[in-house]
Amino acid sequence: MTTFLGMPATAPRGVGHLRGDQTFPQAAHDALGNSQLRRNLRHATTTIRGKSGKVIAELPDWQSLRDAGSAIKADVMARLPFLLEQLEEKVTAAGGVVHWAADANEANAIVTRLVQETGSSRVIKVKSMATQEIGLNEALEEAGITPVETDLAELIVQLGDDKPSHILVPAIHRNRSEIREIFLRAMPGVDPALTDDPPVLAAAARRYLRETFLSTKVAVSGANFAIAETGTLAVVESEGNGRMCLTLPDTLITVMGIEKVLPAWQDLEVFLQLLPRASTGERMNPYTTMWTGVTPGDGPQNFHLILLDNGRSAVLADTVGREALHCIRCSACLNVCPVYERTGGHAYGSVYPGPIGAVLSPQLTGVADNASLPYASSLCGACFDACPVKIDIPSLLVHLRNQVPHPAGERAAMAAAAYTMARPRLYANAQRAAKLARIVGRRGRGLPPPLSGWTAGRDLPEIPKQTFRDWWAARDSGVGER
Amino acid sequence: MSSRELILGRVRAALRDAPVVAEVPRDYRPAGRSADVEVLIDRLVDYKAEVHRVSEAEVAATVAELVGEGGAVLVPPGLPQAWRPAGAFADDDLAPDRIAAADAVLTAAAVAVAETGTIVLDASPDQGRRIITLLPDVHICVLRPEQVVAAVPDAVARLDPRRPLTWISGPSATSDIELNRVEGVHGPRHLHVLLLPG
Amino acid sequence: MRIALFATCLADTLFPEAAKATVLLLERLGHEVVFPSQQTCCGQMHINTGYQAAALPLVKRYASVFDPYDVIVAPSGSCVGSIRHQHAMVAASYGDAGLASRAADVASRTYELSELLIDVLKVEDVGAYYPHRVTYHPTCHSLRMTRVGDKPLRLLRQVRGLDLVELPAAEQCCGFGGTFAIKNAETSTAMLADKMTNIVSTGADVCTAGDASCLMHIGGGLSRLRTGVRTVHLAEILAATEFIS
Repeated sequence: MTTFLGMPATAPRGVGHLRGDQTFPQAAHDALGNSQLRRNLRHATTTIRGKSGKVIAELPDWQSLRDAGSAIKADVMARLPFLLEQLEEKVTAAGGVVHWAADANEANAIVTRLVQETGSSRVIKVKSMATQEIGLNEALEEAGITPVETDLAELIVQLGDDKPSHILVPAIHRNRSEIREIFLRAMPGVDPALTDDPPVLAAAARRYLRETFLSTKVAVSGANFAIAETGTLAVVESEGNGRMCLTLPDTLITVMGIEKVLPAWQDLEVFLQLLPRASTGERMNPYTTMWTGVTPGDGPQNFHLILLDNGRSAVLADTVGREALHCIRCSACLNVCPVYERTGGHAYGSVYPGPIGAVLSPQLTGVADNASLPYASSLCGACFDACPVKIDIPSLLVHLRNQVPHPAGERAAMAAAAYTMARPRLYANAQRAAKLARIVGRRGRGLPPPLSGWTAGRDLPEIPKQTFRDWWAARDSGVGER
Repeated sequence: MSSRELILGRVRAALRDAPVVAEVPRDYRPAGRSADVEVLIDRLVDYKAEVHRVSEAEVAATVAELVGEGGAVLVPPGLPQAWRPAGAFADDDLAPDRIAAADAVLTAAAVAVAETGTIVLDASPDQGRRIITLLPDVHICVLRPEQVVAAVPDAVARLDPRRPLTWISGPSATSDIELNRVEGVHGPRHLHVLLLPG
Repeated sequence: MRIALFATCLADTLFPEAAKATVLLLERLGHEVVFPSQQTCCGQMHINTGYQAAALPLVKRYASVFDPYDVIVAPSGSCVGSIRHQHAMVAASYGDAGLASRAADVASRTYELSELLIDVLKVEDVGAYYPHRVTYHPTCHSLRMTRVGDKPLRLLRQVRGLDLVELPAAEQCCGFGGTFAIKNAETSTAMLADKMTNIVSTGADVCTAGDASCLMHIGGGLSRLRTGVRTVHLAEILAATEFIS
């Protein structure tokens, strides 16, 4: 792909995790057949929906907070160049170093170089969607640097040689007994008497990572929010692994998508109410760390902030589609999505699964590279209602469907249907032709593809003797049944 | 051309339609409501923090009792002397292993949010470096009633973003196993809040 | 009141009983129903499958055919949702501002059946009699796009002889989703399986809804499994009386 100066660009191929090997229906086929996965997902998403609904109901002003969150994000998009420059200036003034990465390759190269400059051959990582997106771990490993994921779910994925399947809980597809098996198999020094009691599993992770936290000199994080006005960064977490990574090492490298910036310190009063309740279903997550540049004598003394584009400018260029950049990665839309609940996250092929992934991934890569994702939804609208920043995901899906390349057969059928529908006389004739099919077919079992998808699990309706239109005409002229 | 210029150029090109943005509606409950200490206690307990209502004179003895005989209590250098139990040792740029060896850490706080059960530390001298409240397994935090605010907007208004901030809501926890909250991962597994009278 | 009926292409062709029932119900309540014969389809299938350009003539047709009427009713929360939330958008995205404003205007006069009855005609008890055990599936577009709320349930509660039973996880999608049911047939069927389990668990002999499309999907599944549960459009229940049921 040629990059023209100043032209918004999609994320490059061959690096990172935004593209799957299969289409959504192909990948979903395997997931749907995995009953353990189905049970795990149903249990987890049902649990979180209940928790989230309860704490959201405690806030009388939830809808007002959503309105504010949505408007703040729209304002961020409109003023993005100014806010990024302001953020850079404030972070630099507070002792940080700001880098700009046009795409995944450049971000990976910058992080690798910064780690190499410290002389460390290992980094500790706080869970970060941006670094998953760009495939940072693979890039570091190629350079001989060991990345250690410290979030429990990321650790489960890393030790299981698995892929993340959820934005918040990458190992949501695993239940406690599977996690126990992974730990027994892959966690060095684990107690062989390990049980599958969740507190016991959490304690095993604590023991395993403690020494790594204390002895690693470099950490890599993402960022939930960055305040342009003050240069403050925020990471929201639960376990304390984030605090460890953001406090103990000498060097901290934060990789952040350019859309994560917020204008003002005060804006956090909105997002710190929206995010935890929508995400983990808590009034507040256990730990949030905020830092501004470098504080002498406290925490990392070298701080690097990498501002990542990797397709975001291309999303921003679509005046409708840019709303997807409002996402705060809470994963509420995944938890309420009936499609996600049945297929899980791997079917989406990208690190961003679920409804938000179905609108974000195709825009980051260009729709042709993720053409099946905008169709991975029944447009039921549960995601829109759940989104704490009111992203109208169903409308974005419809918008993107209008951009993807369509199969030739479908194109012809749709054109024929539209042609007929635009001509009432032809339409009435077509209805009568359908009636003819009633005589020929037997409730339509065994239709040819792609319609066979329907008849595999459902009968077709009996074709009526008379259309409504004919009934009306007959009734109008005084004959026929009333 | 640098990547900085490239990205900013792309973003400006993407915004060629010059989107106009209406003022942000802030119709949610603003800062300034009065705080209810009972709500704070309810929320702290709900997320498995232990709350003790004690007078200032009882702090040292309460801490000693919580830690047990011979327990090593770490304190930040600016913690009031009267709160320190006998044998407490102050952080003097201690090495991480010395900090981790403490049985408990005793600090003050900057702000507490009643509605969410959150305590915020801002690394003031009576709270110390961030590392000292991270490595010990027990964190004991003394809270004055005037530090309790009603909700998140009040806390954001009171805090200074230039200071390193740690927002703490209960002990370390995870929801990563079947999306159920389990207390006790990498941070302190026990959080005690000593609430002073008004 | 003079009310124009938008039958919807699906009810017109495959589920005429739903459109007939709408006519008979409104006439029983003392209103005049007209059926503009130049109507065809709202274009939702085209819009939602990614063929907005092909839908544009259908948007135009709907706006011009129904422009003369003050009150328009359709026995479909989904088609009404498309007319309200998509028609003006499609027109605007093809640069036709005049059509966009006309489409928005006609959309504002278009009602889903339960909305028409409760909000416009101010009636909850329509005098129906339907002696069956019934469960109601609030279709996604009725619920989250057209936002009919509990209006269908309020109407059903007044029907004599009807034993209304609550559907567990009612607000979950049945898996239809238009061409989703074909493009992602396996996922659609998996969603349908859970919906059917919930329907069967109620012990109802009839599952009703305000959309013939979802009922076609649910009914197709219930029939394939020989569950003995029928799907019946809301309009047919409301139109039923002791003499015609």
